[in-house]
Amino acid sequence: MNKEDITVKKLRDQFPDSILDVSFFRDETTFLVKKEDILPIARFVHSDADLSYDFLSDLCCVDYLKREPRFEIVYHLYSIKNNKRARIKAPIPSNHQVISSVCSVWKTANWLERECYDMYGIGFEGHPDLRRILLTDDWEGYPLRKDYPLKGK
Amino acid sequence: MTRTETLMINMGPQHPSTHGVLRLVLELDGEVVVKVTPHIGYLHRGVEKLAENKTYHQCITLVDRLDYLAGMSNNLAYVLAVEKLLDMEVPKRAQYIRVIMAELQRIASHLIWLGTHGHDIGAMTPLFYALRERDEILFLFEMVCGARLTPSYLRIGGLAFDLPDGFEAKAMEFVRTFPSRVAEYETLLTKNRIWIQRTKGVGILSREDAINLGASGPVIRGSDVNWDIRKSTPYSGYQNFDFIIPTGKNGDCYDRYLVRMEEMRQSAEIVKQALETLPKGEINAHEPKVVLPPKEDVYTNMASLIHHFKIVSEGFTPPAGEVYTSIESPKGELGFYIVSDGTNKPYRLRIRPPSFINLEALSTMVEGRLIADVIAVIGSIDIVLGEVDR
Repeated sequence: MNKEDITVKKLRDQFPDSILDVSFFRDETTFLVKKEDILPIARFVHSDADLSYDFLSDLCCVDYLKREPRFEIVYHLYSIKNNKRARIKAPIPSNHQVISSVCSVWKTANWLERECYDMYGIGFEGHPDLRRILLTDDWEGYPLRKDYPLKGK
Repeated sequence: MTRTETLMINMGPQHPSTHGVLRLVLELDGEVVVKVTPHIGYLHRGVEKLAENKTYHQCITLVDRLDYLAGMSNNLAYVLAVEKLLDMEVPKRAQYIRVIMAELQRIASHLIWLGTHGHDIGAMTPLFYALRERDEILFLFEMVCGARLTPSYLRIGGLAFDLPDGFEAKAMEFVRTFPSRVAEYETLLTKNRIWIQRTKGVGILSREDAINLGASGPVIRGSDVNWDIRKSTPYSGYQNFDFIIPTGKNGDCYDRYLVRMEEMRQSAEIVKQALETLPKGEINAHEPKVVLPPKEDVYTNMASLIHHFKIVSEGFTPPAGEVYTSIESPKGELGFYIVSDGTNKPYRLRIRPPSFINLEALSTMVEGRLIADVIAVIGSIDIVLGEVDR
């Protein structure tokens, strides 16, 4: 993987203003993108004939408590056709913890976004059924946040 | 005046055919399932949260308990992720032993699937045979590391112990006889008319749906997608072995059954090849900051004792960064996403659980079908709630 990589090139061409950063670590490519543009980017990488990231491996959240934007939603994409992986990250500020849902692109995202909501309290706009998934409906707080104590409240 | 309305019934969490504590709320129109709403989380133990408060070595015992029918595979996925973060290469002997363990574990996991899936839909006999062979595998694990279910045998940088005397002969004997055992199971099921009626054309998952729903492992391969991480991104030396990836055509329960049966044969074949070509040499990487010193040295050598103490109490500090690694576990793509901030504990350890995501496909497979099919479909997805709920 390098800067000549087709995913890097295509995304940079298509979304010059949305790609905040591209980084490489241990042969993995990570795109940092604006959260407002996540849905068009998801649609593009999914349907573009050259990229065809048709498989959403994973979607999760990371809480960087001490910095702002505090959260990051991380999308692990895989293309079965090209046997290639890519990671897209969208920073979420603590004063507006909402991002567009990508359920309409990959149905996998349904439960994964629910889990993010359950564990981090991130809202997903356009999600068909956003409610807690692992914890009970009346649970207070979001356990995987860094300011949630290990042994409960 | 007649009145028709749908009927809501509750299946689980205490129901033998939901394979653990899965609860389904079924909306029925007569015997037809209109809507299925799974409720999960009964076995949630907060593994991801716990992992953030443990050193990298300590997390190994946590991952054992995800898919508790495939402890070795969980170990493998986790240590590979940490080794990628550390940019570490493990010796070839350790790689081969890991493959042997992972493949034996795949057979053991598939055997439980076969037994319980059959049992759920009326075939009592296979369970007894399946458990008999699974026990042989668990005895092999016990020989290697003393544990049967939660081995914690793999270590970051290698293995806890080398193979004991007599293991290779016993394992070889097992994989030599095992294909004939699979043939025995098949005589019970493959052409059994009741089995075919209960599984053929049931729980169909189309190719497009399987991909879009993120299904992996035998579930996606049953839907005619030839994708296996052992082939597409070989890890731990899988490129050295000769094996095929079985796929189905129709994406129904029967095809998933056939895929897993063939996978068991292929796994036995891989173990055989690995045993035949098992390299000699070290089982741990030369990384004194990460790998524990040999036990004899700890007892006799001051420096090793200090060293051991340091690694156990403080652990090691990988570079800051993030990695994602996935393996083909018996259930599908088992991935670990580790975010390191350069301290001795993972800042974030995310588990990509194959059972969880495969279970998401349940409603697509059963809605519009009969209620009896729900049980066949759950069995054919092969979920483990420990991994679904984490």
